[in-house]
Amino acid sequence: MTQAPILEIHGLSKAFGPVKALSDVQFELKRGEIHALCGENGAGKSTLMNMIAGVLQPDQGDILIDGTRVSIPSPAAAQRLGIALVHQEIALCQDATVAENIYMAAINARRMPLMNFQKLYADAQKVMDLLAPIPVRTKVADLSISNQQLVEIAKALTLDCKVLMLDEPTAALTESEAQRLFSIVRGLQERGISVIYISHRMAEIFSLCDRVTVFRDGHYVATDPIKAVSPDDVVRKMVGREITQLYPDKLAPKEPGRLLLSVNGLSDGSRFTDVNLQLRAGEILGIGGLIGAGRSEIAQTICGLRPATAGTVALDGQGLRIRNYSDAVKAGLVYLSEDRKGSGVFLDMPIAANISALDLSKLTGTLGLLDRKAEDRQAAEMTKRLGVRMAGIGAAVSTLSGGNQQKVAIAKQLSVEPRVIIMDEPTRGIDVGAKVEIHQLLRQLAGKGVGIVVISSELPELIGLCDRVMVVREGRIAGELAADELGEEAIIMLASGVQNSSNQQKQAQNVA
Amino acid sequence: MHADIKAPSEARRINFARLASMREAGLIVIILALCIAMSFASPHFLTWGNFRAMLMSFSIEGIVVVGMTILLIVGGIDLSVGSVVCFSMVVSGALFLAGLDPWTASLIGIGVSALIGAAMGFFVTVVGLNHFITSLAAMVIVRGMCLVITKGTPLSLFTLPPAFKAIGQGSFNNIPYVIMIFVVVVAIFDFLLRRATAFRKVFYTGSNEKAAQFSGIKTRQVKFWVTVLCSTLAGLAGVIYMARFGAATPTFGAGMELNIIAAAVIGGASLNGGSGTIFGAILGMALLSVVTSSLILLDVSVYWQDMIKGCILLAAVSIDHFLHRKKS
Ligand SMILES: Nc1ncnc2c1ncn2[C@@H]1O[C@H](COP(=O)(O)OP(=O)(O)OP(=O)(O)O)[C@@H](O)[C@H]1O
Ligand SMILES: [Mg+2]
Repeated sequence: MTQAPILEIHGLSKAFGPVKALSDVQFELKRGEIHALCGENGAGKSTLMNMIAGVLQPDQGDILIDGTRVSIPSPAAAQRLGIALVHQEIALCQDATVAENIYMAAINARRMPLMNFQKLYADAQKVMDLLAPIPVRTKVADLSISNQQLVEIAKALTLDCKVLMLDEPTAALTESEAQRLFSIVRGLQERGISVIYISHRMAEIFSLCDRVTVFRDGHYVATDPIKAVSPDDVVRKMVGREITQLYPDKLAPKEPGRLLLSVNGLSDGSRFTDVNLQLRAGEILGIGGLIGAGRSEIAQTICGLRPATAGTVALDGQGLRIRNYSDAVKAGLVYLSEDRKGSGVFLDMPIAANISALDLSKLTGTLGLLDRKAEDRQAAEMTKRLGVRMAGIGAAVSTLSGGNQQKVAIAKQLSVEPRVIIMDEPTRGIDVGAKVEIHQLLRQLAGKGVGIVVISSELPELIGLCDRVMVVREGRIAGELAADELGEEAIIMLASGVQNSSNQQKQAQNVA
Repeated sequence: MHADIKAPSEARRINFARLASMREAGLIVIILALCIAMSFASPHFLTWGNFRAMLMSFSIEGIVVVGMTILLIVGGIDLSVGSVVCFSMVVSGALFLAGLDPWTASLIGIGVSALIGAAMGFFVTVVGLNHFITSLAAMVIVRGMCLVITKGTPLSLFTLPPAFKAIGQGSFNNIPYVIMIFVVVVAIFDFLLRRATAFRKVFYTGSNEKAAQFSGIKTRQVKFWVTVLCSTLAGLAGVIYMARFGAATPTFGAGMELNIIAAAVIGGASLNGGSGTIFGAILGMALLSVVTSSLILLDVSVYWQDMIKGCILLAAVSIDHFLHRKKS
């Protein structure tokens, strides 16, 4: 590794109007290394990736590839230079098949006049199977968010690249898919490909990466070999302070609140059957399981967002007749979607309007007019509590970084003062510090008697935050773990249905 | 970057104000520039008579533009407005000739227009067709109904009582009633669109229908009622036209929808839904009207007029597309 680094960034700056996203940052990627890029939400990580990939143009500064200065005016130019980016936000053609999406970039590069679909499907399936057995003839719109994320990654793998940039690729993935991705990335590294890896999960960074660079508030802070630092060091550099307690204290045992939500024999006729669930006031219930196990579907059906074929839902002992979601919201039952971009936020609307969308009646006067001052007050308060980095509450949500968009989606749920709140992957894409903040907020809400259900693919979150965890496997409740039984292994065992440890090892090998 | 939270009022100014008013200020500048240029080119341009004529000509269409803008914001479109304007006119006229008093006849005319909107709303929200196809079909069907009712010949309504004709022809203190009605309709809906909770739901639905559903908004209801509103306003315009012309022509309003959609789009309404303002749309209407008036005064042939208007639309939409693409 004595040659010039494959990629160097010197004195790069970028501003969006008055917002300085990056100021005078530097970065260096050595040949064949996996280099982590860390920073809080809005620190400028995605902005840097977008400039290297030709999506955005820097205001100032140089990008060097193999020691020579280059300009990257377009994504196509980046592709010619051997740079591939997996975007943080999913950007697939929803109406095309998985195969067409995977080879879209490659087809474009080859400029073939006609397409050989037979070969296209076969090749695409081969690439896809490296990650997960998703049939490549499926339309992307029919896939779950996590599977779309995998397609997005597969797309980048088909490109013949020297530098691969992964912007929070595992945010929507569970442990097993993430492990597969890591083994692929290590394989690429052995072939001499250099990787930039962005993630808010410290464990991943420390198991996968060689070096780590930290940005804070658009400024470069430091680059260190991973062996020379601890996760705490990295977090301290990111947020500029010490984070002492990662998860809030749990509910003291033996103080069960009254029964708040009770679901009996719920089925939807296709994705899940006979689901029973009890939630007590003041409790945080976790729901774990593999991707596609039916967790989101169960939650959406409880809230009236999907039709049920059998079963009952009762809130506070009273049977609920939920025909649609607005009935649920009226009853005090709210749901945070896992699909932030698709159904979580209104991208081109102001932050304030996004936060008030769930409960407009609270902000409406007797004449049916919206109290805009109250709306602004609410938005100012919620964004302050969650630490949303923004130009102002009037800015469109599309101008926010991914994690900050997620905070707006959460603010929307929390602004209604619900009785039961079901959150689907609430901290997806959220940085360490803000995650602590959100967990504390949830605990506070629970303390006031709100029932909280958290669906999460992140095992440490389930274990650290929840009082009880239910695991869903193939549309059925596979089991339940009390606070003192919680552990990664226990959850994985229930989720995958593997009983003894020899089997589990076999599966681990398959995964690797 | 700095993450201070700005005072709400200041922050508010950034968004709604900025993007929308940039477009609107731009339109005002263009309209003024055209007016000034025209006042040199033609001595007839800068006269109250000409302005009154221009205002009259776009006031009634302006009422239809209001409904169309709201429909565009929700993500829909209505190609049938020209036919519905005519239908309302023809139905009211026929009922009047059959012996009904003109006021009741007009109310019924507006009512049946609303029913056409309800029928389209049904096909869009319950059957699941899109606005474009549904309203294209309605455009043809409703035009056919006009021809059936009148047997293809114009209804002569010179017997309309003067009190009714005054709506379209009379004025108070030299200000035509037509213009007053227009101003009132615009003021009401501009206010509601900015301030009323019910209309805020129109923006949510148009911006991201799925996210709106996930926020507990009954998007199908929203789309249904906005479709009804658009047709109802077209019906209102129809009876005003009847009062103005004292006749009901079964071919009236053909092609009107293009002018109206163009005005709304020039004024900043997006065909993808989620954005648009009434004020902007009215400015779009004003621009088209000033251009038409100028071309007539300059003796430009009718064929050229359409071409030039088409080019203005194309330019406006291109700018919109460019801004949109830059944003994402
Ligand atoms: N199009 C835009 N217009 C205005 N501001 C923008 C735009 N894109 C990004 N920004 C701002 O630039 C800053 C950096 O954003 P960036 O997306 O790079 O953050 P990030 O480090 O990737 O954060 P996250 O972890 O949340 O993904 C943010 O404050 C964001 O608000
Ligand atoms: Mg990012």
